[in-house]
Amino acid sequence: MEFVGQLQRQFVQFSHSLFDEGFLDDQFQQLQKLQDESNPDFVLEVVSLFFEDSEKLLNNLSIALQQQIVDFKQVDSYVHQFKGSSSSIGAQRVKNVCVHLRSFCEEQNLERCVMCFQQVKHEYYVVKNKLETLFRLERQIVEAGGTVPFIL
Amino acid sequence: MAQEFHVLAVDDSFVDRKVIERLLKVSSCKVTAVESAGRALQYLGLDEERSPVEFDELKVNMIITDYSMPEMTGYDLLKRIKGSKKLREIPVVIMSSEDIQPRVNRCLEEGAEEYLVKPVKLSDVVRLRDFILRQKAHPQTEHNSMKRKSRDESPNAGCSASTSCDHLRPSIPKRRKIVQL
Repeated sequence: MEFVGQLQRQFVQFSHSLFDEGFLDDQFQQLQKLQDESNPDFVLEVVSLFFEDSEKLLNNLSIALQQQIVDFKQVDSYVHQFKGSSSSIGAQRVKNVCVHLRSFCEEQNLERCVMCFQQVKHEYYVVKNKLETLFRLERQIVEAGGTVPFIL
Repeated sequence: MAQEFHVLAVDDSFVDRKVIERLLKVSSCKVTAVESAGRALQYLGLDEERSPVEFDELKVNMIITDYSMPEMTGYDLLKRIKGSKKLREIPVVIMSSEDIQPRVNRCLEEGAEEYLVKPVKLSDVVRLRDFILRQKAHPQTEHNSMKRKSRDESPNAGCSASTSCDHLRPSIPKRRKIVQL
């Protein structure tokens, strides 16, 4: 069972780093609290929905920012949605960059919007990666016969 | 047997709908989640295109709606509900990621029970449910201290309806509600 112990330690360390480094905030823990035996995959389901939603939004944003005449209201609307959903799952860094992007939209500063959008994409893919790693670790623990530690 | 507390949740975001649904279920509420104000009106029987289903069967104890939605906002939905004889007694809660005081005031003035800043927490939902259940059991002559914006980051996030949260209350005129005893 040493292997399970190792995996569990890895999981705990990794989870703590996600919060310490600001990738995730308290809202993610709120979601974890809503998970139980009757809904054991709740967090995974919500996050999966978030990933699906985000791909669409990022695609829409990309298209909107490439138009001859950029519709900043439309861009802002997409960013608002993205800010909302990232906030709902606790993806703090993504949410924060979205806030910046919204202010550039308000200024109608295309150059800054485009640069900031790159940052948004970057933060999204980083947190996506991290969350996928987290879920993978959980799966490995369960498959090895262990229980997933509760992170306080 | 106690009747189920039935909440109609309205939000155009997939993610938020899933979360609010779970928050409500964990709080022992029955949930109907819809993705638009239009759908909500259909469900409530206010849609002109359909005749209302037996309303009693659908008895909704609370409506919780996102503010920013395409086509029809939560504010517009609130107005429609408060403008309807059949539905105006149903408490309506507005959720928004934006903490804009004029918007908060407007919603409360229009009759919203509360304005919650997203992300909504379990403690918000439990507090609302308990407050509304208490109101049903003990109707009051004045609509009272729950009418406020809520984004409480203090340790007293679960402050009960009986404590007056003056420090959080926006300065708008209180609505008087006369109950025939």
